[in-house]
Amino acid sequence: MEARATDDSSIFERPASQASSVTRSIIAFAGSDRRGMVGGILLVLYILVALVGPGISLYDLNAPDLGVRMQAPSWAHWLGTDRIGRDVLTRIIAGSQVSLQVAVGAVVMALILGAPLGALGSYVGGAIDALIQRVMEGIMAFPSLVLALALVALAGPSVIMLWFAIAFSSIPRYARLVRSGVLTQKEREYVDAARAMGQSPTRILVRQILPNIMAPIAVQLTLDFARAITVEASLSYLGLGLSMPYISWGTMIRDAQDFLEVAPWLAIFPGLALAGVILAFTLVGDALRDRMDPRMRRSLSRRMV
Amino acid sequence: MLMRYAATRLMQLIPMALVVTLVVFFVMMIVPGDPVMVMLGAVDGAQVPRQVYDAMRVRLGLDQPIIVQYLNWLSNLLQGDLGTSITHRTSVLEVILLRLVPTMYLMVGGLIVAVIIAVPAGVLAAIHNNTKWDHLATAFVVAGISVPTFWLALVAILIFAVYLGWLPSIGYTRPQEDFVGFLKHIALPMSVVALNIAATVLRFQRQDFLEQMQQDYVRTARAKGLSERLVLWKHVLRNSLMTTFTVVGLQMAYLSGLITIVESVFNYPGIGYLLLNSIRTRDFVVVQGVVLFMVFLVIVVNLMVDMLYTVLDPRIRYR
Repeated sequence: MEARATDDSSIFERPASQASSVTRSIIAFAGSDRRGMVGGILLVLYILVALVGPGISLYDLNAPDLGVRMQAPSWAHWLGTDRIGRDVLTRIIAGSQVSLQVAVGAVVMALILGAPLGALGSYVGGAIDALIQRVMEGIMAFPSLVLALALVALAGPSVIMLWFAIAFSSIPRYARLVRSGVLTQKEREYVDAARAMGQSPTRILVRQILPNIMAPIAVQLTLDFARAITVEASLSYLGLGLSMPYISWGTMIRDAQDFLEVAPWLAIFPGLALAGVILAFTLVGDALRDRMDPRMRRSLSRRMV
Repeated sequence: MLMRYAATRLMQLIPMALVVTLVVFFVMMIVPGDPVMVMLGAVDGAQVPRQVYDAMRVRLGLDQPIIVQYLNWLSNLLQGDLGTSITHRTSVLEVILLRLVPTMYLMVGGLIVAVIIAVPAGVLAAIHNNTKWDHLATAFVVAGISVPTFWLALVAILIFAVYLGWLPSIGYTRPQEDFVGFLKHIALPMSVVALNIAATVLRFQRQDFLEQMQQDYVRTARAKGLSERLVLWKHVLRNSLMTTFTVVGLQMAYLSGLITIVESVFNYPGIGYLLLNSIRTRDFVVVQGVVLFMVFLVIVVNLMVDMLYTVLDPRIRYR
């Protein structure tokens, strides 16, 4: 476990100027990395569908249409209809919104709870730092899905509880990332300069250091999106996700499993949507990381020598 | 030497274990409803005589300050007392241990199959870097990470149980009763677990093997005139297996979640299934017990990986 702790610090060992622009690296890899590009396109598609999709759907989301129950995919219903005649495509589009909402909330929450803890530990050091680190290690020992499951089951599902349940086990990742980032950046000349100019620690942290450690955080955020979407769907599949007015892909698959023999499309299409979105975030996250991983660069430079 | 290292590592685990118990204890506090009424088995709004209520409150120790409650609970925990299940009417530990064996078959079997697939595949992908085989392996890894487990499980049921009819879709048979039936029942859930873990193992095995191949000792071995096969499959593999080993160990926490989902899809009577069932019956003492038990497993396995590490790699010496 110690090995992991030292591992992420290496990400930061590069000139500050290179790290400054996340946008620049996103644009750069989109041009050079095929996997990243595929992921990026999928991602944009998903976000577009989630934002505008429900507005342009042809069918009513919830109204049953008993005349067309459990129909296989056809021209009228591209992805078929469910057990009370609702259009599967319409529901999948609506589901994209829920998964995006939950994932954004969970990931932002993890960042907001974890980053200050890491910054505090690295800045204050000593006993407080040690305490925070022990607490983070304790949280990391929990299986994230099982913990989320227990939290939602005990507290009852609500949007905020779901965010928290999914975010909880990610908190240590951000705390550690920020902590090791601040520790390496703290010794840099530009921080000395800012301090000499009389800037307050908070200002130095937010205005000087944070922009320089954003890159690895962005990678983590992207990969955590994939994880949050998976956990949300899994919880919904297990019957512990958001209920009725919300439409989750996980719930759709759960409802579909009783009709696996007669209407497999009910389970297959929401699963494909889910896999596509997770794939998108994973590809983009991986491409971003490949771009920034110092080990990759090291092997490149060695080849050049 | 090893013993002393083990002792140090155990000492380091104490604060972590404390945090774990604190989290679990306080999470249990958020359960809506009155635990006294729950223990009495009273439905909402039911009238319970004052004396009965107070007696139960004292018996549960709920009249004590919260820190005392925690310490009592912790001391019970250290003696292996996870409480009493409301629905099963026996000790939680007993309930868990009864369901541990099927889970162990699934976990251990899944891990073994995963390693058997992923290690050679990862090595081949690394040796034939950037060829068709490598891309195929990468595609497998990406698919394994992206496809949600429960959906993969359902598709497996659809293909092998519904369409082909080769295997039963759900359930479990004990191996001592009907070994063939056992194999048939465990085949699908175990494959799903194995495929999932194999994707991660393959990813790390490939990556590490690629890095190892650039190390100086490889150049030395080649310069010595060893055959390429010997260099790769003996020297490099041996070193990169250490990474694989760690990765497998670190998968423990993930594996518990995976098991829970797989057991739920296949109605497989292990501890993951128990966890979900207890959530459904609102038997929260069991929920708490299973979560603690899983964390315990994670910590123990990680510790064992650390220990074995020192045994397998003579270069590592711990103080």
